[in-house]
Amino acid sequence: MEFRRIEELIFKALMILSLVFVAGSLLFVVGVILWRGLPVLSFDMITKTGEGGYLLGKGGGILNAIVGSLYLAAGGTILAFFLSIAIAFYLQKEYSGGTRLSGLTRLSLDILWGTPSIVYGAFGYIVLIYFHIRASLLGGIIVLALLEIPIMTRAMEEVLKMVPGDLKETAYSLGATRFETTLKVVGKQALPGLLTGVLMAFGRGIGDAASILFTAGYTDRIPRSLFDATASLPIAIFSQLSTPLPQVQQKAYASAVILLVIVLAISIITRLLAKKYTRFIIK
Amino acid sequence: MNTRRLKDVLSSRLMLAAAVFACLLLFFMVAGLFFRASPILLTVPISDLLFSIEWSPFEGKFGFYPFIMGTLWVTVLATVIAIPVSLLSSIYLSEYASNGLREIVMPLIDLLAGIPSVVYGLFGVLAIVPFINDTLAPAMGAETIGGYSILAGGIVLSIMVFPIIISVTGEVMRSVSGELREVSLSLGATKWQTIKHVVLRKARPGIIAAIVLGFSRAFGETMAVLMVVGNVAKVPSSIFDPAYPLPALIANTYGEMMSIDLYDSAILLAALILLLVVLICNVIARMILVRIERGII
Repeated sequence: MEFRRIEELIFKALMILSLVFVAGSLLFVVGVILWRGLPVLSFDMITKTGEGGYLLGKGGGILNAIVGSLYLAAGGTILAFFLSIAIAFYLQKEYSGGTRLSGLTRLSLDILWGTPSIVYGAFGYIVLIYFHIRASLLGGIIVLALLEIPIMTRAMEEVLKMVPGDLKETAYSLGATRFETTLKVVGKQALPGLLTGVLMAFGRGIGDAASILFTAGYTDRIPRSLFDATASLPIAIFSQLSTPLPQVQQKAYASAVILLVIVLAISIITRLLAKKYTRFIIK
Repeated sequence: MNTRRLKDVLSSRLMLAAAVFACLLLFFMVAGLFFRASPILLTVPISDLLFSIEWSPFEGKFGFYPFIMGTLWVTVLATVIAIPVSLLSSIYLSEYASNGLREIVMPLIDLLAGIPSVVYGLFGVLAIVPFINDTLAPAMGAETIGGYSILAGGIVLSIMVFPIIISVTGEVMRSVSGELREVSLSLGATKWQTIKHVVLRKARPGIIAAIVLGFSRAFGETMAVLMVVGNVAKVPSSIFDPAYPLPALIANTYGEMMSIDLYDSAILLAALILLLVVLICNVIARMILVRIERGII
């Protein structure tokens, strides 16, 4: 066999090996968490809030963190939605075509997309101090919204770009304004894709710890108002693992299973939704 | 002016405002962090901040050198592990794999990208750290602090940057025109020769952009690294040493810093350094990618 054929075979084998390694690392990560977490996951964990001194080994569960995380991510996602949809609509050609601002906005969003969440956390903390807001549900929601805006906007913009130009032109030729076209034609056409973007951002928001480390606080209770401190799953995992007590550390494994299941479920639902609805879209 | 027109004008103003907000957000982040970090920048010379190894905030000594080196060791190690694996996977996915395989693997890579960083951290604590402590370090004759080391951080981080390098590289490789490939194949080159001499050469700037993006993602990653890297403020000299990267410093000390003069300022300076490094990396990568999109490169 010629040398170049052998070379190709060797590289092909290496490529397949790498691919198996990448896919395998996903299974490995999920497998390790499930293997260590499932045996210690109990019904009490998901139905009870932490009793006083939970992190010192007292009883109770992490319902407070589960509900807190859902509140935080839902709040952040709703807030981010209004801004993101407006930015994504603006980035369409008929609003921003060729202006310098559209290029600048895209670049800013790209940079914000890559900005580490700990930087959002530190910046969020400065903002909260400036406005005299304590570490609370509201604080966490604001920071998560900032973190989610670039993720959501980018996904939405991609979807809006896919809407066929013919559709828009038809609407314009019938005398519709830009707003009517955007809302009733483009928006409707892109709805499933927009939803996908929203869910994606929600999934990212619910799993993020570094950004809400200083802005959401921590408590054993379920927050009753926007100004209450709130627990969250990622931070609960981190603090439970940081204790020296093995029985509390084990609860961190169980909490990680809960978080992982939520995140993976959102990810899979997003994908299925996208698949199901694209069938009804005019291509 | 009728109401339809009015709605159109009002809504477009709102959209414009939102876009301006997105630009201002980045500006405010840089400006806000800079403003809050300025007290320390004014009192301690920059050369001391960046190159002094003394970190004792209670005595007013703020040397970031150990933290900067810790960040670089972990990030570079993660990037070095991730580059070959991600590039080879990406080449296979875009050049060899059937559509069916691609449709199975791409969602898996998306799932990998969606796993929260605390979960990666816990994975590191449960799987990688014990493996280094019980197997790898003894086999290499190295000492570790219970396995918490740069190596553990690098391995966990590398898994976290696979998705970004794979997806960006894949996009770039797909943008290489089919004609170029056909010309090479028609000259009698094998598929691998075509990939090596034509596709990869054409895609090189884009691949560099992908690596820069992966590096910058790893540079700022906090929770996962914080949980496995040991957090000892010393300049590391081997991958089995612990390290204390900048993001971990911010996460660990932010609560206690308010009471001490300049401490708060120093931590926010760390955040500013992170933001600036990420900003520069992203600007470089985006400039390359935009040029590729426009067909200039």
